[in-house]
Amino acid sequence: MLFYSFFKTLVNKEIAVELKNDVALTGRLHSVDQYLNIKLLETKVVDAERYPQLTSMTSVFIRGSVVRYIQIPKADVDVDLLQDAARKQNTSSQP
Amino acid sequence: MAAALKEIVNKQVSILTCDGRSIVGQLRGVDQVTNVILDECHERVYSADAGVEQVVLGLYIIRGDNIALIGELDADLDSKTDLATVRARPIKPVVHSL
Repeated sequence: MLFYSFFKTLVNKEIAVELKNDVALTGRLHSVDQYLNIKLLETKVVDAERYPQLTSMTSVFIRGSVVRYIQIPKADVDVDLLQDAARKQNTSSQP
Repeated sequence: MAAALKEIVNKQVSILTCDGRSIVGQLRGVDQVTNVILDECHERVYSADAGVEQVVLGLYIIRGDNIALIGELDADLDSKTDLATVRARPIKPVVHSL
């Protein structure tokens, strides 16, 4: 749930998503869910020439299971806070 | 999630499957695991040496496991593209582990 909450704070920010089939997209984060499925608006395909299949798409829903990377602007993340929260979650889950 | 997808129900969508196929049709239904009902759908087979081949499929249920991406098609943009002139290498299949 930690990263779900984290992504909710990034709604409306520009992000880049790279998929496990090497397709890369950029767009504005519209919504995210518990499976880290992502919906992007104003989507642009990074290598549009290579992927004409995707050029007519405006908004895109990406299944969480096919995401390899999500790139976010550094300014939009408080890395220390995130690291802290992750550490707390990991230590509290120990018996 | 259901909410994000429910917004595009009844719209024209293009689904990118995990094996690299593109299937275009009207999105009729979705569920929690992204199983999808696609009406009046056809597969667009892209090739590096020939234009796009469209294979009519009809009414399909696509299992969520096999779906990589669901894109809402802009009707204007789509009608402007002349599929006969489009050349593209196939999209790679999704690989979960290296």
